[in-house]
Amino acid sequence: MIEAHGGRLISRIANESEQERWRAELPNLKRVTMNRRELSDVEMIATGAMSPLEGFMGRRDYEHVCEHGRLANGIPWTIPITLAVTSEIVAAEQIEIGENVALQDSEGTVFAVLEISDIYKVDKDHEAQSVLKTTDAAHPGVAYLQSTGDTYLGGKITMLQRPTQDRFEDFRLDPRETRFLFKEKGWDTIAAFQTRNPIHRAHEYLQKCALELVDALLIHPIMGETKSDDIPPDVRLECYNALLKGYYQADRVAMSILPAAMRYAGPREAIFHAIIRKNYGCTHFIVGRDHAGVGGYYGTYDAHNIFKEFEALEIGITPLFFDHAFYCNTCNNMASQKTCPHGSDQHVFLSGTKIREMLSNGESLPPEFTRPEVSEILQRHYSNETATVSS
Amino acid sequence: MSDRVSIKIPRPLYVRLQQVIGDSGFSSPTDFIVFVLRDLVGTLEPERQGELSDDELVAVRKKLENLGYL
Repeated sequence: MIEAHGGRLISRIANESEQERWRAELPNLKRVTMNRRELSDVEMIATGAMSPLEGFMGRRDYEHVCEHGRLANGIPWTIPITLAVTSEIVAAEQIEIGENVALQDSEGTVFAVLEISDIYKVDKDHEAQSVLKTTDAAHPGVAYLQSTGDTYLGGKITMLQRPTQDRFEDFRLDPRETRFLFKEKGWDTIAAFQTRNPIHRAHEYLQKCALELVDALLIHPIMGETKSDDIPPDVRLECYNALLKGYYQADRVAMSILPAAMRYAGPREAIFHAIIRKNYGCTHFIVGRDHAGVGGYYGTYDAHNIFKEFEALEIGITPLFFDHAFYCNTCNNMASQKTCPHGSDQHVFLSGTKIREMLSNGESLPPEFTRPEVSEILQRHYSNETATVSS
Repeated sequence: MSDRVSIKIPRPLYVRLQQVIGDSGFSSPTDFIVFVLRDLVGTLEPERQGELSDDELVAVRKKLENLGYL
């Protein structure tokens, strides 16, 4: 089984005696309120999905990640994992290094405890430029940074309670659970597919190309915070289930939801996503064009090229790079720019805008683009949405 | 009361540390020593096991069976 990033799968979930200890201390602890991304980060850290992190980053790790795409100890890590507060809160609450604080959500439910080992002010523009390659407020990652406090709290966390995923609960597998599954199934090589969208035929093609090379496929959709115009998680899940039922070899595929939040950090997020999947026990990671990109902020193949900046052994998981895929009417099959000699007039490709337009008008998507079962689910979603808007 | 205490180390070691940290990003030997000691103490803490307990194994197996994976 592939080693976790940094060599050890982290667990920061409180055991029984820790629960008892922290629950007794909670009434005396100051409280810090987390937003949805920070809450999902707590869960990712606690379950080991973000190994070797054991908590929110202190200044040294944060600065090394921003400047070099590595933790202070040199291990590759490309996205800052931070807990933001305002300097006013730090002053008013007299939050100090060395103390423990309770981490709660906006409704006051405590999910974790943070042992503060660092408190530091940050330059958000610098972070945005380093990590997201832009300071444009129209970028959702930049907008997020601008919406949060100017001071970060670093330190180890211990999770006391898990955030619920409601209907998705059954599909949530922790790294220890996927690793157990892979072992039980005898799968030595597993390719992970990251997605935040419904799976169309182009994605299915990439997955099946990967599956020709490895023992199994883990479809690992992000169900944490995404953009407001992304398809809602429950609709996506329905699409994935329909697709798996009709078009995949059941004994070679598993699906589990990933409670992470999207950063839309393009190339840096591609490395981050790969490392996370390594922690789940996957040996290969599918990287498509403009992975985790948004708008026109990143080059089509930036997410491929960034892997060259690291030694393969440092990352540990093998990236599988894929070109733009489509159905070619002349080839009469799925293909990519790498394999198809015909012009784009022969390729069935629909833009996001065109897809939304067709679905909103009650039209089916062409079967060369999307499986009919998926098209039907999306049509239903868009017709409900249109009805809600008009009523 | 200050939240820091002084610890004495041999001067040659201090000088050597100054040379070692160079432009590594550590602003002083003190910062470097604190970082190294924190790291070391962390490794001495009881290691949290990433392994599943017997009870957890039963629950995970059932969950995976319900999903049709086992």
